Amino acid sequence: MEKGHPATYDEVKKIHPLYFNIVKKRYWWFGISILLIIPGIISLFMQGLNLGIDFKGGTMLDVAFQKAVTQTAITDTMKSVGLDGSVQLSNENTSALIRTEALEEAKRNELLTALQTKVGDYNKETLKEDKVGPAMGQELTRNAFLALGIAMGLMIAYISFRFQFVFAISAIIALLHDVLVVVGLFSLFRWQIDASFVAAILTIFGYSINDTVIIFDRIRENEAKMRRTDSYEDMVDKSVWQTMRRSVNTVITVLIALFSVYILGGESTKVFSLAMIIGVFCGAYSSIFIASQILVEIKRHMKNPRKGGKAVRA
Amino acid sequence: MRRANIIKLVTLVLLVAAAVALSIKPLVDPVKGILLGLDLRGGVHLVLQAEPNKNGTPITNDDMDKAKAIISKRVNDLGVSEPIVQTDYDKKRMVIDLAGVTDPDKAVDILKTTAKLTFRDPQGNVVLEGDELKDAKGDQGQNQGYVVNLTFSSDGAKKFGDLTTKYIGQKIGIYLDDKLLTNPTVNTPILNGQAEITGYETLDDAANNAVLMRSGSLPVSMSIAEKRQVGASLGIDSLHRSINAGLYGLIFIFLFMLVFYRLPGVVADFSLIVYGLIVLWVFWMFRVVLTLPGIAGFILSIGMAVDFNIIIYERVKEEVRAGKSLRAGVEAGFSRAFITVIDAHVTTFIAAMTLYYFGSGSIRGFALTLGVGIIASLFTAITFTRFVLRLIVGISAKIKTTWFGVRREV
Repeated sequence: MEKGHPATYDEVKKIHPLYFNIVKKRYWWFGISILLIIPGIISLFMQGLNLGIDFKGGTMLDVAFQKAVTQTAITDTMKSVGLDGSVQLSNENTSALIRTEALEEAKRNELLTALQTKVGDYNKETLKEDKVGPAMGQELTRNAFLALGIAMGLMIAYISFRFQFVFAISAIIALLHDVLVVVGLFSLFRWQIDASFVAAILTIFGYSINDTVIIFDRIRENEAKMRRTDSYEDMVDKSVWQTMRRSVNTVITVLIALFSVYILGGESTKVFSLAMIIGVFCGAYSSIFIASQILVEIKRHMKNPRKGGKAVRA
Repeated sequence: MRRANIIKLVTLVLLVAAAVALSIKPLVDPVKGILLGLDLRGGVHLVLQAEPNKNGTPITNDDMDKAKAIISKRVNDLGVSEPIVQTDYDKKRMVIDLAGVTDPDKAVDILKTTAKLTFRDPQGNVVLEGDELKDAKGDQGQNQGYVVNLTFSSDGAKKFGDLTTKYIGQKIGIYLDDKLLTNPTVNTPILNGQAEITGYETLDDAANNAVLMRSGSLPVSMSIAEKRQVGASLGIDSLHRSINAGLYGLIFIFLFMLVFYRLPGVVADFSLIVYGLIVLWVFWMFRVVLTLPGIAGFILSIGMAVDFNIIIYERVKEEVRAGKSLRAGVEAGFSRAFITVIDAHVTTFIAAMTLYYFGSGSIRGFALTLGVGIIASLFTAITFTRFVLRLIVGISAKIKTTWFGVRREV
């Protein structure tokens, strides 16, 4: 059996029918991402996020009535016991999602009794109630930021240890990019977020870095084999394309899993799976088009001044 | 060589099939199977916050322990199968999970009462407060049966002496809130502060009653900081939906792998089944409570578990394209892909661990399943997947590379 030789850049180009030079077009990718992120950031500053009771505190009741009900009947009943809040009807006006301040047990029972007598019978078996005190909400927000910060620190440490610090920085920038896109979109469309959103963001963190590390691993491998005359850009472009199949296929399997949760999983996992779908898609994109390209950019700037500022021609 | 490998493969397939068939029953057993969280079978999750004392004295860990003892006792009285009561000493909180409780409203009602121990005269008037009681212990009686021995404080002893003198021959009721614990008859005046209540059938009865008397009222007042209540049929509905989601997700991932990777795709699907079994048995073994986010995490981890297979197969393809034999390609692909996967999984694992550490309640369930999933997928890949792939490529040197999805046209 003949001893094989590692694939050359030209061979890699040939295998992929859709090949195009990703590294050369990197400013395009940066531009696309900036266009994606900026509206989100503006929206975040203008209107913030649509926070659910998990963050703000409050009581949320999901009541399934036996017959169709009207919004005004419920709001009036709430007013009669001295409460304000929003009501959202669904399921042919038989299900009501009521949001109001955090209710004491006595008040809560008063409201439910009033609903029973004034609006109509409801099914106790399917009642869902969430009450979160304001203090708990603040804690959740604080813990979320803490968790993100610590996870980020640990990842930078690990990647710096296994790769190089430059890799870690590029990976983290790509991560922040993904988080900003997801958070920005949620702000832009006023989708309400709950505690599971925090879990989604952290999982996106984990997933996106996983994706990036796989490509970086290939760059690390090819970098070691680089000859003097090889350009860093070409090496990265080759590495990205060598891992392209894997990147695409993995993202497809993960998206299959997420879409089935989103479509079939029921109401309470919707926010989570939606955030994850956007995040996973973004994570795959940013690993290829952002993380690797930022690495190229940083490496280029690092190299040039070291050679005494002289223009270097290969 | 060739026949031996085929026999081994067939045996392996049969073994896995048998494992699946034998696992279903114990895993889904309602009592001994995998525990379902309250969001999957209805119930209440409560976080009780100890309110600072009005006189400004700090809440001690001892107070929290006492409160926990009382609340645990009340929870056990509710007859919930596996209640969880946890104390958070730092934040002075108690977390109570009552999965499968039939009447959540009543449960909350019982738990939030600041039970108060009182002694009442035959007319029902409160004549002595529980704080005068220093101790209560269950014990064996002098003659027969079991007793509760009461010890009063010096102040209480005097009051109790007066009472027993006044109501001799009558009954003095001992109440926890409005619930009558016991209704003993006064036989003689008790002046030394040492009373004995007789007539318990078992030591357990006496001891239980003693606990309630001893720890009657909560040493701190508690407010409900968080409450999540899910109706029973809503929980079952969520469970069915998630199982459905998992099933369809799995089927489509199976198909995708099959179409894209052919023979190795079959191996991947097979490994996924083994992976799923391992994860579920780990849940079962460590009594992990499966919640809705937990299932989402599990389904997601299936998607990620395939990743290992994809990375290996792509690598094997490359090695074969570069001119290696299938066998050499599998070996090289595996050892190289392993480094890749370790680095990638460690970073994801970091995220899962941070989530577990900082998360609360449902987020923790998610982080746990994700973490278990990552370790299990690594384990399955380096043991099972590798073993099966070696068997397959060992069958014949002439096995077609197209079965591995490699076109050798370069």
